Amino acid sequence: MMEEDREGLLRVSAHTIRVTEAVRDGDSLTFIVISQKLSGSGEYHVARTHEDFEWLQQCLFSQEEVPGVLGVIFPPLPAKPHLNASTKVLKQLGFLVMGKEWCTYCKALEIYLQQVAANTRLNKNKCLENFLTSSDAPGQQRVRKSIFNRLSQAVEGLRKEGHKDVDDFFQTERDNNFTLTGCSKSATERFLDVVLTEQKLAVACGHLSTCLHLCVEQRDDGTAQAFSQICVKLSEVVDLMKKNFENVAENNLSTLGLGLDLETRYQEAKKEMLYRRTCKLVELETASKNAERAKPIRKAAMDDLKMKSEKEFDQISGVAKQEIARFHSVHVKLLHQALILWCEKQLETAKETSASYSQHLQAFKDLGE
Amino acid sequence: MAAEMEPPPLGNAGETDFRELEDGEDLFVSTVTTLEYPEPSSPEPASLPAEDISINSNGPKQKDVSFDDDPEDLFAEATEEVSLDSPEREPILSDGPSPAITPVTPTTMLTPRMDLGAADMFERSLDEIEEDNNGDTFDIHIAVSDPEKVGDGMNAYMGYKVTTKTSMTIFNKNETTVRRRFSDFLGLHSKLASKYLHIGYIVPPAPEKSIVGMTKVKVGKEDLSSAEFVEKRRSALERYLMRTVKHPVLLKDPDVIMFLESSELPRAVSTQALSGAGILRMVNKAADAVNKMTIKMNESDAWFEEKHQQFENLDLQLRKLHASVESLVCHRKELSVNTASFAKSAAMLGNSEDHTALSRALSQLAEVEEKIDRLHQDQAYADFYLFSELLGDYVRLITAVKSVFDQRMKTWSKWQDTQLLLQKKRESEAKLQFANKPDKLQQAKDEIKEEIEELEGKVEQGEKDFELISKTIRKEVSRFEKERVKDFKAVIIKYLESLVQTQQQLIKYWEAFLPEAKAIA
Repeated sequence: MMEEDREGLLRVSAHTIRVTEAVRDGDSLTFIVISQKLSGSGEYHVARTHEDFEWLQQCLFSQEEVPGVLGVIFPPLPAKPHLNASTKVLKQLGFLVMGKEWCTYCKALEIYLQQVAANTRLNKNKCLENFLTSSDAPGQQRVRKSIFNRLSQAVEGLRKEGHKDVDDFFQTERDNNFTLTGCSKSATERFLDVVLTEQKLAVACGHLSTCLHLCVEQRDDGTAQAFSQICVKLSEVVDLMKKNFENVAENNLSTLGLGLDLETRYQEAKKEMLYRRTCKLVELETASKNAERAKPIRKAAMDDLKMKSEKEFDQISGVAKQEIARFHSVHVKLLHQALILWCEKQLETAKETSASYSQHLQAFKDLGE
Repeated sequence: MAAEMEPPPLGNAGETDFRELEDGEDLFVSTVTTLEYPEPSSPEPASLPAEDISINSNGPKQKDVSFDDDPEDLFAEATEEVSLDSPEREPILSDGPSPAITPVTPTTMLTPRMDLGAADMFERSLDEIEEDNNGDTFDIHIAVSDPEKVGDGMNAYMGYKVTTKTSMTIFNKNETTVRRRFSDFLGLHSKLASKYLHIGYIVPPAPEKSIVGMTKVKVGKEDLSSAEFVEKRRSALERYLMRTVKHPVLLKDPDVIMFLESSELPRAVSTQALSGAGILRMVNKAADAVNKMTIKMNESDAWFEEKHQQFENLDLQLRKLHASVESLVCHRKELSVNTASFAKSAAMLGNSEDHTALSRALSQLAEVEEKIDRLHQDQAYADFYLFSELLGDYVRLITAVKSVFDQRMKTWSKWQDTQLLLQKKRESEAKLQFANKPDKLQQAKDEIKEEIEELEGKVEQGEKDFELISKTIRKEVSRFEKERVKDFKAVIIKYLESLVQTQQQLIKYWEAFLPEAKAIA
């Protein structure tokens, strides 16, 4: 089978991208990225560090040639994982760093890559292909300056976020997004507190179990034996409780925790896009004013600027509308999956724990009877 | 009950008599001044009046005769009870006659006395009381409920309903309900402690006073912590009563029966926190602590040495365990708070969400989390009221056990002191033989002879007391140990059942949520 080498088409099928594990190498982490060839004739295996991912993100940001690129909702890249960081930094990273062996973090990276690969405005970028298929690490290559920097410099100093929109659709989107960003951030933080407390409870159970073992008496007589037995059996139950808390916490953070974290970061990404558009709007309105007030000598130039601005703005708005529609279905799907997986896992854990508790209860009742 | 006893002559003969007596019955010495048994005709023995061991008292000679009118003072012994949290932890022993008991002419109380050496005495030892249940099996259930505030301001107090359900014949009715206040419970404990602690019975300690807690209730603070305080106290009072009646001797104590059945109880006044009596007790306790440091007992019985050590260890372990469980309770409460908080923010997220099905699912999520929160609260309740309070109770019980061991040491010490005194008197007597004042000599000799006889009797009594308390303690410890195993097992089974129940409820919640999650288009 001949490999199709069509211009700009990704040779990899987007939904097969996996980030399977994180390999620790001293102070840095390397992630194994596996993807299936579109032609079906095999896989690509590459090892990438977070710097490599950052490089990719920068590449995507620098795509000036894509019309209306500012209207794209860029999939958010998870922050760099610090291995020996302070608790404060870790807490900022939240769920992603709490999972067993970086599982959740890998999942977040995986979703990032899948979303990039699935976005038609992003997946034609050679950098992405390079990232997924090249055996060399791309991270050292220099990247063109991000277009975002130029824009924010231009409209520095103005409070633009609250700037009223000319389009009802977008005004509504901005308002909703504002609320949703706040809500999802709050929900994520509070869920994080829940999971942290569950982990604390697991530790407390471990401690309790140890104390119970210390109560075992060495004496020979009947009551000492009986009491020791009780302590040992109870400590087994407490160990079960500990395991349960650990599993519940793990389920929480790897499913709903991840889902909420993604939701928050995606809403932020959407916010940034809307903000960029608003900045463009301000730029346009400024350009219009300038064109109106311009003295005849400069009028033509000003008009040109205005036209350019208008064109860009329209392009951005066009792209933004499509992105928003896509975004809605993606974010619903992501949360949906998270909720189902969360419920299924918690149900399974609950059933396991319940069976174990019942078993131990019976064993306890049978003690010394 | 005093057996009639001729003053034992010096020498072995007297001792033999003494032993016979011992075989038949054990004497017990009580420090309660007056007492009352509702049915004089019942085989239950009357307590003896206090035997004042001071030199000035009537000696053993008069044990059998007069229930003298001198109301003897109780030993205001401050046994040590250590609290886990509150600084003041004195078991407040009754000073003076129990207000709940009206003195009855002693002569009518005594069952007929028997001759020395007769095996068929009517007087029953506490041993026998213990064994004989009138054919009753232990069947009694006490509930403390319905806390109600009575009165206003700083004089207000909490009244509790005490319901006793039983089929045992020592009670008048199968079901009795009375109202009691906290100081009544303290008063009961105080009486029991003064009657039984010093002869080696492990009297369950009463729940602790809490000035802070009660003040909140008095000033009418209707918040969560007051409600929790009242519930904690109610539960503690219930456990206290159940533990007390599980003790076969205490169950039959008239003060206990009166507490459970009598509709009116005179107010136990000496339990007030800062009373003059309280200060006196603190002084006594200080003196006691000093004494304890200087008593070096020659332990001839390895069992006591071993047991003492064992209880020290157990005390340590239980305290650690208790601290660990408290930590668990604390974290679980924290989890409950965090879960509730998350539920709220999930609800808000659901409200803001456009997509209808997702919005609905998120609202369901919030509801599930609220339900789970309630489960956490229930579990924390079980953690605390079953597990944590059990451990707390046992830490307090062990201090009662330790104090009983101390009492034995004190008994030994008294015995030894009396022996020393006797020896001195004998030396004085010997000296008198060589004195040179014939006219005064005979009088002095007679006096000393009397004193010596008296002391000899006391020494014998001291030894008997010591042996009795040792025997009682052995039995009590054995009973305590068995009870401990039963208690722990019963409570832990309840705790495990609560875990199982919570878990099954949780499964139901998840099963109900799953279709909701899947229903998002």
